[in-house]
Amino acid sequence: MKILVPISVVPDTTSKIAFTDGDTKFNEDGIQWIVNPYDEWYALVRALEITEKDGGTVTVISVGDATAEPVIRKALALGATDAVRVDTKPTESYVVAKELANYAKDKGFDLILLGKETISYNGSEVGGMMAEFLGFPFISLASKLDANGGVATLDRSTETGTEVVEVKLPAVISAAKGMAEQRIPNMRGIMAARTKPLTVVPASGVQGKTSTVKFGLPAAKSSLKLVDPENMDELVRLLHEEAKSI
Amino acid sequence: MSVLIVADTKNGAVKKASLEAVFYGSKVAAALGGETVVLTLNAKDPSNLGNYGATKVLNVSDASISASDPQKVVEAIVKAANSIGAKVVVFAHDSTGKAIAPRLSARSGAGLVSNVVSLPDTSNGFTVKKNVFSGKAFALVNILSDEKIISILPNSFSPEKGSASASVEPFSVDVSGISSGITVKEVKSESTGGAVPLPEAELVVSAGRGLKGPENWGMVEEMAKILGATTACSRPVADIGWRPHHEHVGQTGVAIRPNLYIAIGISGAIQHLAGVNGSKVIVVINKDPEAPFFKAADYGVVGDAFEVVPRLNEALRKFKAANG
Ligand SMILES: Cc1cc2nc3c(=O)[nH]c(=O)nc-3n(C[C@H](O)[C@H](O)[C@H](O)COP(=O)(O)OP(=O)(O)OC[C@H]3O[C@@H](n4cnc5c(N)ncnc54)[C@H](O)[C@@H]3O)c2cc1C
Ligand SMILES: Nc1ncnc2c1ncn2[C@@H]1O[C@H](COP(=O)(O)O)[C@@H](O)[C@H]1O
Repeated sequence: MKILVPISVVPDTTSKIAFTDGDTKFNEDGIQWIVNPYDEWYALVRALEITEKDGGTVTVISVGDATAEPVIRKALALGATDAVRVDTKPTESYVVAKELANYAKDKGFDLILLGKETISYNGSEVGGMMAEFLGFPFISLASKLDANGGVATLDRSTETGTEVVEVKLPAVISAAKGMAEQRIPNMRGIMAARTKPLTVVPASGVQGKTSTVKFGLPAAKSSLKLVDPENMDELVRLLHEEAKSI
Repeated sequence: MSVLIVADTKNGAVKKASLEAVFYGSKVAAALGGETVVLTLNAKDPSNLGNYGATKVLNVSDASISASDPQKVVEAIVKAANSIGAKVVVFAHDSTGKAIAPRLSARSGAGLVSNVVSLPDTSNGFTVKKNVFSGKAFALVNILSDEKIISILPNSFSPEKGSASASVEPFSVDVSGISSGITVKEVKSESTGGAVPLPEAELVVSAGRGLKGPENWGMVEEMAKILGATTACSRPVADIGWRPHHEHVGQTGVAIRPNLYIAIGISGAIQHLAGVNGSKVIVVINKDPEAPFFKAADYGVVGDAFEVVPRLNEALRKFKAANG
């Protein structure tokens, strides 16, 4: 099976979120970049498991500038066969999805497995858009996935339960928690990653549909009210009368 | 300019998040001077959507057109939007919106903004506010395309219920030419013990590693029962198997926005906060006064959970008995 795993490069989960240039740009000073957890822990690891069992290749692809390369190498260290970088700074999902689809359209991938969302801009948008551009089915939020013989079987999570879904390949599937267990790259993988192919392809220059005008931080919590641990009637009173939440 | 809202159903009833989208869409339609039209997927009696601001409902009655098969739903939406001349389509950013809105955007070339938490500002373009970085920040995004798609963050808008009724028309669309290759084999409902599922819950009681072991969750479940709340937990607790995985909230778990979040024995790591910081009121019970969670809390109790929680349960029981 030939699998494509789109990965995004995001700030580490503990990063301090701040903005510069009059709140129009994310402040990248001192930021540690990582592979988006959903892409690495679930999509990539499951893709590796499937090909380790039945043979095949796993190509990782990221739309990003050259600063993304060290992070892309981490995906190679985990076991991906090769990597592609589409050379442009991602600005919005529509552009990313179109660039990814442009690359994938004539390569014969059986399965495109990506994360359910990026923890940076949290859109859950790229997978569905990419599927539409390619004319493939899209199944979002899969927490379990098996694929062989041209068919994938998966669990799709909704607010109220799980659907067991079967889909003909090729298809685009987004990975949620549960699909696989996080792996740690070993020394052999890290050494091998240095010589694995990382191909840079030019972007096709798709026009975006949106533009971000400004960023901001939410208003801080007004102030903490401490309640005496001996007096839980007081907490109940506050929740009822002041917070009006019970 | 009319606004089209896509509303999903569960057993024929319109989902809560979709009701919020209808209410939101009616406000947008009012601002743009158009009709509020709702496309419902297999609703039983959607005329009550008038209470949420809908003027007209187009109801699809075809079980094959469901969120499990986005291509068919997109076909229905495109036809409905064309028939009413809608330039704005609104979704709830739940499992349905996530499956369908992006496909619609790619199909129609309409700019999409997800996780929206404000009404559009049309004074200079068409700008909406969305949550980014798991709620740690927001962005103001201008939609440049003529047609626009907005997917709103659940629990961000509380509908004011009116008493109007909407006209309901059956809506049919030919999807026989679409073979997406998707078959739903089985639908398993998660057992939340009758409680509201976490993404929709208004009251949530959550506990973490401070509880020491799964055998100590009785008092947490008891609190949830008294309040009619849903239970949640921190990630390590789900990872070590003390609690089921679907209870895990945070950046890599379920993101919730309840009216009240009670966190017991949870330190308040940044990744936990990322999934719960949209809660309207946060109560933290922790024996360590330095626990970072207190910085994000409205009410704090510094004390041992094993003493505080039974006491709080008692107080809640008294309150419920007195207030019905
Ligand atoms: C990439 C990444 C993603 C992550 N995603 C998530 C996520 O989605 N959700 C999540 O929750 N975590 C997530 N984490 C983990 C997170 O960093 C924390 O490790 C985790 O939230 C800690 O869980 P905890 O608060 O239950 O445990 P601890 O940090 O061990 O805290 C236990 C707390 O209980 C208190 N306590 C102990 N005994 C008592 C007592 N008797 N009475 C009262 N209080 C007591 C302690 O003072 C302490 O504050 C993620 C981590 C990473 C790296
Ligand atoms: N710049 C990018 N390059 C490659 N894949 C991406 C990029 N951005 C997002 N993705 C993929 O699309 C998924 C959903 O992203 P999003 O729609 O931005 O939430 C992510 O989990 C990644 O798998």
